[in-house]
Amino acid sequence: MARAVDQAAFVEWLQRVGDNALILGHRVSEWCGHSPVLEEDIALANQALDLIGQCQLWLGLAAEVEGKGRTADNLAYLRDAAGFRNLLLVERPNGDFGQTLMRQFLFDAFHLELMQALKTSSDPRVAEIAAKAEKEVAYHLERSADLVIRLGDGTAESHARMEKALKSHWPYVGEMFLDDAVDAAMAEAGIAPLPSSLKTGWERTVSTVLTEATLTHPGEAFVHKGGKRGIHTEHLGFILAEMQFLQRAYPGAVW
Amino acid sequence: MSSEWPLWEIFIRGQHGLNHRHVGSLHAPDAEMAIRNARDVYTRRNEGVSIWVVPSNSITASSPSEKGPLFEPSNSKVYRHPTFFDIPEEVGHM
Repeated sequence: MARAVDQAAFVEWLQRVGDNALILGHRVSEWCGHSPVLEEDIALANQALDLIGQCQLWLGLAAEVEGKGRTADNLAYLRDAAGFRNLLLVERPNGDFGQTLMRQFLFDAFHLELMQALKTSSDPRVAEIAAKAEKEVAYHLERSADLVIRLGDGTAESHARMEKALKSHWPYVGEMFLDDAVDAAMAEAGIAPLPSSLKTGWERTVSTVLTEATLTHPGEAFVHKGGKRGIHTEHLGFILAEMQFLQRAYPGAVW
Repeated sequence: MSSEWPLWEIFIRGQHGLNHRHVGSLHAPDAEMAIRNARDVYTRRNEGVSIWVVPSNSITASSPSEKGPLFEPSNSKVYRHPTFFDIPEEVGHM
């Protein structure tokens, strides 16, 4: 590697990227068997699997860089809530279908900006994972943006639900673009962009889609934060209780 | 108006050079979403390089009750099969 990297910061950062994919993937998987129509059910399950696949790569690399003999599975199933580094946005409840789609869209627009920037990472392992994930994420965004437009510019009922979803998620989008010491170390080493640098591109996508969806851009809002430091909402504990149950109750169980 | 989305017939081309083949059907509000749904339902195991979607109600089908006049006359016409030619050895398998 060209530049020396603070390994602890690198592991921390890899967990952030991996945990976003893991927790959102788990949330989306909760729709399996419950979606409004069969076709959406399959599409959401595919998307959940894409995200969990990406999480395996990111957390696998985190474990490798950490060098303490842990695996991606150890990180996913044996950390407590305070050990998770995902954004608060992705642990928010599914709510109705509109809320799930709006959360997905707001995250996908950020996720795509991040994956595109990571393709030129100074760490070839990061660049490779990003190149693979980018194609999946581009499709996720295409799909979520399209559905946000269809439902926003749909019936009075669907429009109202999308407005409500947008308002409820909006205080959680700011956390995506906050920089801290870990982010600064990654940017310094050329591994990852500063989150704040992704905001312009994200804002462009979001404004275009919201306008087309006839939804009101909420503007500046209070920013809830903490996920990146392990300070989570009460929702994460419930997610982990379900996601980690098997490994906690039957340690080391395998298929 | 029906509250169900219209039905679409899905055709997938498995590889370049092959024909699109009918793989099944699904519901979608319009053609664009039918393609997306087809991508998610029928190509998740890397089955395709191209998708066609056709509204099911655009398909005109032959009637089962007419199968006598439509198909039976060709039953007894073996001379329509090109099996009576001698193929020269050097042509190989055709």
